[in-house]
Amino acid sequence: MAEAAEGPRPEDCPGTSSAQAGRAAACQGCPNQRLCASGAAAPDPAEAAEVRERLRGVKHTVLVLSGKGGVGKSTFSALLAHGLAADEAKQVALLDIDICGPSIPKMMGLEGEQVHQSGSGWSPVYVEENLGVMSVGFLLSSPDDAVIWRGPKKNGLIKQFLRDVDWGEIDYLIVDTPPGTSDEHLSIVQYLSAVHVDGAVIITTPQEVSLQDVRKEINFCHKVKLPIIGIVENMSGFVCPKCKNESQIFPPTTGGAEKMCQNLNLSLLGKVPLDPQIGKSCDKGLSFLSEAPESPAALSYRNIIHRIQQYCDQHHFQGEKTI
Amino acid sequence: LSERTNLAGVRHIVLVLSGKGGVGKSTISTELALSLRHSGKKVGILDVDLCGPSIPHMFRVQDNAVHQCDSGWVPVFVDQEKSISLMSIGFLLEKPDDAVVWRGPKKNALIKQFVADVAWGDLDFLIVDTPPGTSDEHISTVEALRPYKPLGAILVTTPQAVSVGDVRRELTFCKKIGLQVLGIVENMSGFVCPHCSECTNIFSKGGGEELAKHAGVPFLGCVPLDPQLSQSLEEGRDFIQEFPKSSAFPALARITQQIL
Repeated sequence: MAEAAEGPRPEDCPGTSSAQAGRAAACQGCPNQRLCASGAAAPDPAEAAEVRERLRGVKHTVLVLSGKGGVGKSTFSALLAHGLAADEAKQVALLDIDICGPSIPKMMGLEGEQVHQSGSGWSPVYVEENLGVMSVGFLLSSPDDAVIWRGPKKNGLIKQFLRDVDWGEIDYLIVDTPPGTSDEHLSIVQYLSAVHVDGAVIITTPQEVSLQDVRKEINFCHKVKLPIIGIVENMSGFVCPKCKNESQIFPPTTGGAEKMCQNLNLSLLGKVPLDPQIGKSCDKGLSFLSEAPESPAALSYRNIIHRIQQYCDQHHFQGEKTI
Repeated sequence: LSERTNLAGVRHIVLVLSGKGGVGKSTISTELALSLRHSGKKVGILDVDLCGPSIPHMFRVQDNAVHQCDSGWVPVFVDQEKSISLMSIGFLLEKPDDAVVWRGPKKNALIKQFVADVAWGDLDFLIVDTPPGTSDEHISTVEALRPYKPLGAILVTTPQAVSVGDVRRELTFCKKIGLQVLGIVENMSGFVCPHCSECTNIFSKGGGEELAKHAGVPFLGCVPLDPQLSQSLEEGRDFIQEFPKSSAFPALARITQQIL
């Protein structure tokens, strides 16, 4: 089909049909490099077919992005997974593609777990019967093990996560990403172009130094034609437990996510305040939604999760997948 | 035959690393630079975070452009006295919202240029601010700086286990790549309510200190959360000058002392 080679291209991609295809400096590490260099203009159709086949049973895919580090992507991804899996009739999968800093195993209480292989591929590690997780964290034997890989090797593992994990039938696949707009992000969008992605949820904190990076991430999404479900403003204010006064620890000096969403015509899914219990729950590997269900932050998270669910339901592709 | 390289006039090189994102690497790099300047030192900051360059904004010079001279790129000076100079991809972007969507090899090429082609002149300290992780930028930066024998790395963490978990891996990175660890800073360590002075450990407490003990590296101190600090950074002001009474100030001063 036309446009088979259309996935996100690295900056300065010479073009898949140019004489420099696969040979330019910008081509190094790109999953299409070998194909382009060999003269084939399309990405490896065999690989795309493998990923498509493996993810055939996935109804909805949501990417959690930021651009800025430390704003709460993994925290949010974990809670989104727990929130969606609260409905026992739904099957949820959480894929952690942060290869250098995989936080998901700890947050899900799965530290020390290892991946098992079976005839049908790698088995995800299950938190609940209906909630499975995959992360490079499960492939490391010690918490001190560092994954010191350059781009191409990281891309290879991401491809394996998509192609070799036996996800089965899933209602929601959530993909947690590292900060930035680099190899991991290009690769996941490229490999997932074989299947339908509902969109991205972008996390930020209120201050300009975060928004700066998030605007770049928004531009990245536009570049690679990834729909944006909406923005979440995390760490939005702190209420002192003693005197109940609110402090803006990360001040929204340029209007916070609200102003940015207005300017860029994006949906603000919600604001979540700082709550010491969130960090504690993550460290203990427990769901904050279960630990402090009545807290303002939990209510906020639940509203946001509900809005994401609504978005997915409204934009559900009726059994159609792009080829 | 030893050529005079652009780093020949730099006395000490210090890297600021983490492994974990959002713990305050750029903030600590900025505060360290300001603190060193107050001690009369000439400082440069090299920002090798290509996807999320925060340093220009922290000094309110994000709209500045980079000029060339005979020996290479001229760093951007933040003041008339030329006491602090900066280099960041932030200065090279046409529009501030432009995303730098580069794969590893292209990032590596720019980092090599940043290390070799910036005409720093004479500096007492060059602080290298890095992105989170242990990947292309980190490998390339350390390899490019190796001939100039960096003093070592300061590792920044926040107190909670999830951050400490990533910083443990960064310690392994330092060991493997032969980079000395000058110490660990525990940032965002406690918040003192400006209304009632109650201290809340929003991001837990003590993880950084424990890690330093466990790993046998120096513990450089705890820096508490201070909204005045965040505000100063947002507005590109000199926190050290304006808020010497802040609870964050003694911690930052102590960290600087240990570097000097």
